Amino acid sequence: MPSLKDLRNRIASVKATQKITKAMQMVAAAKLRRAQEAAEAARPYSERMGAVLANITQAIGGGGEAPALMTGTGKDDVHLLVVCTAERGLCGGFNSQIARLARDHIRKLLADGKQVKIICVGKKGFDILRRDYAALILERVDLREVKTLGFVNADAIAKKVIQLFNEGGFDICTLFYSQFKSVISQIPTAQQIIPAGVPSAAAETTNGGNAVYEYEPEPGEILSDLIPRNISVQVFRALLENAAGEMGAKMSAMDNATRNAGDMINKLSITYNRQRQAQITKELIEIISGAEAL
Amino acid sequence: MPEAFQFELVSPERLLVSEQVEAVVIPGAEGEMTVMAHHAPVMTTIKPGVVTVKTAEGRAERYVVFGGFADIVPAGCTLLAESAVAVGDIDRADLARRIQEAREDVADAKDDETRSKAEQFLSQLTTLEGAILPA
Repeated sequence: MPSLKDLRNRIASVKATQKITKAMQMVAAAKLRRAQEAAEAARPYSERMGAVLANITQAIGGGGEAPALMTGTGKDDVHLLVVCTAERGLCGGFNSQIARLARDHIRKLLADGKQVKIICVGKKGFDILRRDYAALILERVDLREVKTLGFVNADAIAKKVIQLFNEGGFDICTLFYSQFKSVISQIPTAQQIIPAGVPSAAAETTNGGNAVYEYEPEPGEILSDLIPRNISVQVFRALLENAAGEMGAKMSAMDNATRNAGDMINKLSITYNRQRQAQITKELIEIISGAEAL
Repeated sequence: MPEAFQFELVSPERLLVSEQVEAVVIPGAEGEMTVMAHHAPVMTTIKPGVVTVKTAEGRAERYVVFGGFADIVPAGCTLLAESAVAVGDIDRADLARRIQEAREDVADAKDDETRSKAEQFLSQLTTLEGAILPA
């Protein structure tokens, strides 16, 4: 049975922890709003990009001049996985969910006799995947120093991927990230970015899809400029969704922690009060029985 | 008074402009072009340069863009820029850094084709710098 003093210390320490988790929750809430705004602000660009891409592939008509980034190498022997996770922990199952999805994927690929290469974006995913697949990790992109996620960050990652592709480093590239559904639900997602696949013609309805375009320079040239840019945009979107998801997950994790700390304080206070009362009663009994003995 | 049309300037980070304008001057890959209402559908890549927008209210606004492409249809014009800022907000240090990087690219180029591309990009950047810095 812990002494009264022990209990008092315990309550004080839980209270301190509760204050910290409460503060972290509020910080996460503020950051979440900003991350969500950033994700929303980036949406028009990727939407238009998709429309333009659909348009131009239609113009080319799936001819032989589509660049390799779009059609792939025709093989699927070497897979590159870009696993995007958060830089910091304390956000519930957020990072482990993404890592688990990636790990299942890797296991399946390895079982099929494929070769796997990994690029980790974010420290947490790296820490988890390093345990099992350290030999497969090519590189780790560190975004810890980055205050606000910019397009340049995504562009740098995409450039690395494209360079590796041009050197014949892999055949298929898949991006792992967490889709931001709402504050309480983030869905780990795998998205294939190379080969990009020909976007469906569904986007043609946007603005005069059947208009006859003039291209400056040639469509093929525009396309070869567009595809790498589109990959950057995909990575950028993944990073932004991840940032929003991380904050959402952190917020709910810290909310839970704060509530748990509250419960714990209640329980400890009850034990403390009971014990104090027991001690008082004991002392009274001692005094009374002492007086009666006289 | 010329007819107005919808113009949008979008960068990956945000939507910069979305309004009715009279004319837009775009630094196309094969020369500058002015877009007005009912322009024939054109799709073009753009080089680093200044986009001049004349709004329906008669204001003239200038934006610096670093590459991207433009999608022009009779109903409007969408400019997807890799990065875009209003001329007033341009960060000199950032521009200097880009020029420095372009110089390094020229120096690092392994074959003639990439070198000529890098040199072209560098000259576009320096022209741009000359155009926006008050001499």
